[in-house]
Amino acid sequence: MKIGIPKEVHESERRVAGTPSETAQLRKLGHQVLLECGAGVAAGFADADYQQAGAVIVPAPGARSLWQQAELICKVRQPQQHPELGLHEASLLTAGKTLLSFFWPAQNPQLLKQIAAQGATVLAMDAVPRISRAQKMDALSSMANVAGYRAVLEAAHHFGRFFTGQITAAGKIAPAKVMVIGAGVAGLSAIGAAVSLGAMVRAFDTRLEVKEQIASLNAEFLELNFAEEGGGHGGYAKPMSAQFIRAEMALFAAQAREVDIIISTALVPGKPAPKLITADMVAAMKPGSVIVDLAAEQGGNCELTEMGALTTQHGVHIIGYTDLPARMAAQSSELYAANLRHLITELTPQKDGNLRLNMHDPVIRATTIIHHGKITWPPPAEPPRSISDADTETKAKPSAETPTPTPSPATAKPIAVARRRGLFTVGGLALGIAAILAMGAVAPPSFMNQFIVFVLACFIGWQVIWKVTAALHTPLMSVTNAISSIIVIGALLQSNSPDWRWLALCALLLASINIAGGFLVTQRMLKMFRK
Amino acid sequence: MLQIVSPGMVNAAYLVAGVFFILSLGGLSHQQSAARGNLYGVAGMSLALIATLLSDSVSLYTLLAVPAVVGGAIGVGLALRVNMTAMPQLVAMLHSFVGAAAVLVGLVTFLDSGGLHLGIEKTLHQIEIYIGVLIGALTFTGSLIAFGKLHGIIGSLPLMLPARHWLNLAILLACVYLGKVFIHADSIDAGLMPLLLMTGLALALGVLMVMAIGGADMPVVISMLNSYSGWAAAATGFMLSNHLLIITGALVGSSGAILSYIMCRAMNRRFFSVILGGFGGGGGGEAASAIQTHGESAAINAADAAELLRQAASVVIVPGYGMAVAQAQHPVSELTRHLRAQGSRVTFGIHPVAGRMPGHMNVLLAEARVPYDIVLEMEPINRQLSETDAVLVIGANDIVNPAALDTPNSPIAGMPVLEVWKARQVIVLKRSMASGYAGVDNPLFFKDNTQMLFGDAKQSLAQVLRHLTGAA
Repeated sequence: MKIGIPKEVHESERRVAGTPSETAQLRKLGHQVLLECGAGVAAGFADADYQQAGAVIVPAPGARSLWQQAELICKVRQPQQHPELGLHEASLLTAGKTLLSFFWPAQNPQLLKQIAAQGATVLAMDAVPRISRAQKMDALSSMANVAGYRAVLEAAHHFGRFFTGQITAAGKIAPAKVMVIGAGVAGLSAIGAAVSLGAMVRAFDTRLEVKEQIASLNAEFLELNFAEEGGGHGGYAKPMSAQFIRAEMALFAAQAREVDIIISTALVPGKPAPKLITADMVAAMKPGSVIVDLAAEQGGNCELTEMGALTTQHGVHIIGYTDLPARMAAQSSELYAANLRHLITELTPQKDGNLRLNMHDPVIRATTIIHHGKITWPPPAEPPRSISDADTETKAKPSAETPTPTPSPATAKPIAVARRRGLFTVGGLALGIAAILAMGAVAPPSFMNQFIVFVLACFIGWQVIWKVTAALHTPLMSVTNAISSIIVIGALLQSNSPDWRWLALCALLLASINIAGGFLVTQRMLKMFRK
Repeated sequence: MLQIVSPGMVNAAYLVAGVFFILSLGGLSHQQSAARGNLYGVAGMSLALIATLLSDSVSLYTLLAVPAVVGGAIGVGLALRVNMTAMPQLVAMLHSFVGAAAVLVGLVTFLDSGGLHLGIEKTLHQIEIYIGVLIGALTFTGSLIAFGKLHGIIGSLPLMLPARHWLNLAILLACVYLGKVFIHADSIDAGLMPLLLMTGLALALGVLMVMAIGGADMPVVISMLNSYSGWAAAATGFMLSNHLLIITGALVGSSGAILSYIMCRAMNRRFFSVILGGFGGGGGGEAASAIQTHGESAAINAADAAELLRQAASVVIVPGYGMAVAQAQHPVSELTRHLRAQGSRVTFGIHPVAGRMPGHMNVLLAEARVPYDIVLEMEPINRQLSETDAVLVIGANDIVNPAALDTPNSPIAGMPVLEVWKARQVIVLKRSMASGYAGVDNPLFFKDNTQMLFGDAKQSLAQVLRHLTGAA
């Protein structure tokens, strides 16, 4: 398969969809790599380096020839008007060709229809599902990571002061106070970068589960005294109630007076970004403060943000750049190219250079938005998990977990199983009772006496042992071993035997080793367990 | 004969001792109360011993003192000297003592039982003796072999005798036949022969049974022998009509049985297929080759591993038998302390059958002073793995093998495993690319997010630690 990497045409785009090292990796999968000459220059990768890694450079002006030769096009941005060729990149995507790039199908329905009509295939990097297995292909996370890091650097650049506190001969330098709103990938990356520059960082998120992650980066979690949880699907937050937002805004207003830098990353999928920082709050900030609004492209978290620009209002620098990843083009390109390569690896299972779109694979299914001219976006919702695959807890007590009066097909099965199991239990019990009664009919009373003790002791053992925590299974074995040497009593009782005393004494010796050794070693072990 | 304690008081003391033993096992349900549980056990044992000694059936104190003191001294020596990594061997050896004692007590009971019982009572008594000796003998040699295997005196691969199932069955049938002869014997001399013959056969059966079981199944074997030693004590209790022995034996027997069940469930294996043996040897051969392990594994050096750990906000450490072999629990603990000090969240994932006996890893980590509240079981760890930055697998193999979940014809298919491959990065510390005890290739090593740090676990960890602390 010929993979083509064109030069990005968007004016502020400096990233490139392939790097020399990833070129070598792609070749190992059996692919050929074509590169439009100069495609990597803006990201700091020279044509010669690609060539050395095995890429074929298409000489200038190479765009048209590259799009014609390549069967699989890897790009960063979705197809757009090509300024030099004077036509739209989408029109070069003819039948049989495949495109891998960011696409944003919800925002670009027209483009989606046009390419589908041409019979091409498109895999959108922004449609990679956010599940564990697909993490290595998750370009959105890669880019968010870069954006968060860069946001701190932009803020630091415009702040005009140190981030870290110092006490010098010339006086004390206070550390910068940074507030990060939204602790997703970008937010966490910003927290980490700001902390490592020495700032005092606090962070807010509607999802309480990120509290620990924030704490792990040595930042403070700003908490509202409010019982509402904001965790939604795929690691995004869901919209919150009006009361919650009021409490949240009050918190931000208080923080705005105090902090020097605000980095906001709050997004709700499919909706304009929530307005969290009002003009009043900006006015309340100290002059020279900086706001970096990572949600600028979706309308911004700050009322005064101008998309794609740096403005200064009320003495506060408000940064609304939408190209933060492109401002670290070398790093972003490396990460993005690696994400692409991982996806291509999945698409080339035999490593023989032949592309195979396995539409039964949930990751590939979700990522593919046009399949041979057929629009396959949005992907069908995942089938709901049936009760039978749910955790073992559900299995353990089916009757308690399925209280529905009219069981659906999915829940009917476990109930049937439980019923069958119940029948077995009843049958087993009946058999057991019959056996015991039969035994009582023949055995002498003295034996039955002992038997009662035996069976009850087994039951007590059963009840007690299940409660023992798994961590203590070794001490359990050594302590049961020690108490099983109670057999020593047998040896003692037989020590009066006239002829066979020596055998009893041997038994006593063995049991004594066990008593002393068993209890002592258990004590030694248990002493080590500490919190 | 000094008689201070009446038979009624002896029985009362036995009752209290029984309660103490129950409290002792109950105490083990939590780490905080565990040490007290052990003391309950000591109290119960002391009470039972004192009551027995003061009863009118025991009189020869000086004669008894010698073996008791010698045995006690040996026991103390063993307990104080043993290395925590050698705990499975010690437990196996102690089991064998209980088995041997049960055989001896059974023999003496039989040799001394001159016409005490009549009719059905006599038959029952004979059966009790017979079963007690049988289980005792089985426990004795079985535990000795387990000890040998764990201690490395005997190879851990299963010994696959041809037609061994038939051989075992024949021995069992012979035991049943001898039992019939024994019960119908009308004098002690006539009964002694079948009893001794059976003892010999049971000793042989114990050897054959455990020899055929591979190293991976050792946790099951040890718990099973634990159970047997309990049943042996209970059978002795029946023959001596001693309620305390019955109670204690039943407690220990059910404890071992539950442990065996837990271990079998952890490996998704049936108890019988474990006992029949052969796992991890020839049986796994053809199935093992069916697993396609393609690609090559990526190696990593200590410096890069240290860097990876430094950047990880959350780390899960999965120890296996390899950690015990390399005695690497102390560097592991030091690494944990260091990572926690730098703010990472470190937890340990313990598979139920990691190591060679139930709870083996917990004991080693406790010895190295790893706080027990960060040492978690498989289910909570599996829930958090997809949120984990880095997993450190130390000398574990089968318990982290994805083939158990996605390769239906694998010998370990269906065994619950720690799904470490869901984490962002996995570092596997391993001596070489050899397969685990189950003899199965591990596709984990070839996953994209897995990197191998080859070498002795203890040395590798020390190197990683040096890079982390900046000492190198």
